[in-house]
Amino acid sequence: MRFLLRTSYGQDIRLFPFGGAPALWTGLALWAAIVGGLNVASLPLVREGWLALAAGYALVFGLVLSRWGGAAFWYGLLGVAVIVAPMLVGTYFVGQLTFVFVYAIAGVGLVILLGLAGQISLGHAAFFACGAYVAAILNAEGWDILVSLPAAVLVSAVLGVVIGLPALRMTGIYLGFATYAFAFIVEEILARWDSVTNGTLGIAVGSPVLGYESWGWQAVLETEVELYFLALALFVGTLVVGLNVQRSPTGRAMMAIRDSETAAASMGVNLAVTKTTAFALSAAMAGLAGALYGHVLHFISPEQFTILLSINLLVMMIVGGLGAMHGAVFGAVFLVMMPQAISALKGAMPPAEGLPEVLAFLVSLPSAPGFEAGIYGLIIILFIIFEPMGLHGLWLKVKTWFRLFPLYKKGMFKRQKSYMASERNR
Amino acid sequence: MSRPLLCVRDLAIQFGGVRAVDGATFDVMPGEVFTIIGPNGAGKSTIFNLVSRIYDATAGTIVFDGHDITRMPVHRIAAQGIARTFQNNELFEYATVLQNLLVGRHRHRRTGLLAHVLFTPGARREEEHHRRKVEEVIDFLDLQHYRDQSIAGLPYGVRKKVELGRALAAEPKLLLLDEPSSGLNVEETEEMSFWISDIKKLLGITVVMIEHDMSLVNDVSDRVLALNYGKVIAVGTPSEVQAHPEVVRAYLGSEDTA
Repeated sequence: MRFLLRTSYGQDIRLFPFGGAPALWTGLALWAAIVGGLNVASLPLVREGWLALAAGYALVFGLVLSRWGGAAFWYGLLGVAVIVAPMLVGTYFVGQLTFVFVYAIAGVGLVILLGLAGQISLGHAAFFACGAYVAAILNAEGWDILVSLPAAVLVSAVLGVVIGLPALRMTGIYLGFATYAFAFIVEEILARWDSVTNGTLGIAVGSPVLGYESWGWQAVLETEVELYFLALALFVGTLVVGLNVQRSPTGRAMMAIRDSETAAASMGVNLAVTKTTAFALSAAMAGLAGALYGHVLHFISPEQFTILLSINLLVMMIVGGLGAMHGAVFGAVFLVMMPQAISALKGAMPPAEGLPEVLAFLVSLPSAPGFEAGIYGLIIILFIIFEPMGLHGLWLKVKTWFRLFPLYKKGMFKRQKSYMASERNR
Repeated sequence: MSRPLLCVRDLAIQFGGVRAVDGATFDVMPGEVFTIIGPNGAGKSTIFNLVSRIYDATAGTIVFDGHDITRMPVHRIAAQGIARTFQNNELFEYATVLQNLLVGRHRHRRTGLLAHVLFTPGARREEEHHRRKVEEVIDFLDLQHYRDQSIAGLPYGVRKKVELGRALAAEPKLLLLDEPSSGLNVEETEEMSFWISDIKKLLGITVVMIEHDMSLVNDVSDRVLALNYGKVIAVGTPSEVQAHPEVVRAYLGSEDTA
């Protein structure tokens, strides 16, 4: 059986296993050059112009890329879409998309910690806060983002190592509580260290700055669109780091300790180092997300970084799906859309006066305090019961359904139960 | 005779009042298949867990390849060249066969976290090298068909093979097999027996195994050790040990109590 079709061993570890990556990068670079060139030539393009340009480009891009590979083409198209998006939609929507990227950055970190290493953390709000405060304070001191963002990432990573220490001895719910306790301490410190954090009053955060006046070159990223592109760039960077971890021995070691610590250790995986690495990486990404969050909101205070944020991030991952990086994006979209959907629901309710009692109660429900939390809870329960792989799992099923279209069978996606797993040494 | 690969001296471990292993002493020579037999609860798996450092020995020493490993942390054991399988399959359930085998290569990695995060050309080359090595194991065990399947959906026999493959991927000097035939049917057991002799002859790996299936033991073992109540009661060729009166008594009971 040595004649199985095989191309190269490097194929499996490519970001796009079926090729197309070089073409993708060239395509995106070309696109950036076109946009940049138009800006330099200061040709004012109207919305229709941008649409036509994007469509034409996508057509050429598609013709070239479809020869080389499937996935790369669609991701390339998505890339073009997110680059063009700010030219097509209003500033409000751009702001929302920026938040999607912010949460997705933290989400990539959670895919690593929760999905890959199997460690739970109820303390991610602390990393988020840490990144936000470090970036805000350094920004106020006059440093640019090339200093403040790496510093935010680094400080959060160190905090991640500290908060990750209980993970060396605890698992499951106990670890959750230990991380929560640490996060609570961080929250308290932020509220009480008045001289630095201005206590519960919070601090205003300036716009991110690139470069220094003394260099004779400085860019202040003030507008929504500029922040959008900053968030987009950082998200793509984080995503690449996340994917690299996933396909490297470090990621495999994390996956190994998730599934069986005993076997992992016997194969030479250092449990303490691997768990700490997972916490540090995840915290670093949450810190980066926090830094951006502060810059986008222009204001931070300790009450934004409570347990509720940690739980929201977990909800995001459960809904999005922990199995792949896609889950981080799906979850982030959900997290940003959900409050909008709920407020839309509130607005859509007719006035309660004159209705029978039961109906009046139902109509008043969306404006009741805690309704949002209740909906989140309900959604989590439904996802855990019906779709444990989250929106990403749902997406995979839809994709499979279309690929197999007439051959789809009813029981195909039924989960198989396995009775053999030994839970003994977990 | 050459120097033993594994020297176990007066090894003992106590769980509360139970002496699971009680003064076990034996040597494993390079290139042999050494089998540990014994009734349930005799302490066979405990010896494996002691050698692979999952348990801490109460007394005694374990010397592997000239290095005292009695107090070595568990994750460094693989780097010494010891790989093992588990009685109840400890595979990475939600990963593919390929990923499971690649974890076996963990002890051979040379690149660090930074190289992995940036996925430098060095890290890529190393991955390709590991992949090539794993492919040799896949060819050796005929696992081509299952390469990209997740463990969670695999039948028991294949899981056993994958676990053997994961240990082989580590390219160990000493392979510890904890009941390689448990849960396998007659054909699969026969297959396992061929593989164990191939591992010894073709790959030159020393094997220590725990086994109940006496036909498998007789087929592949060079020497057998019988254990009862944590004590070594006999060591020798398979036929010698099976004829040993203490062994017969341990399995069948003595005449006066029967």
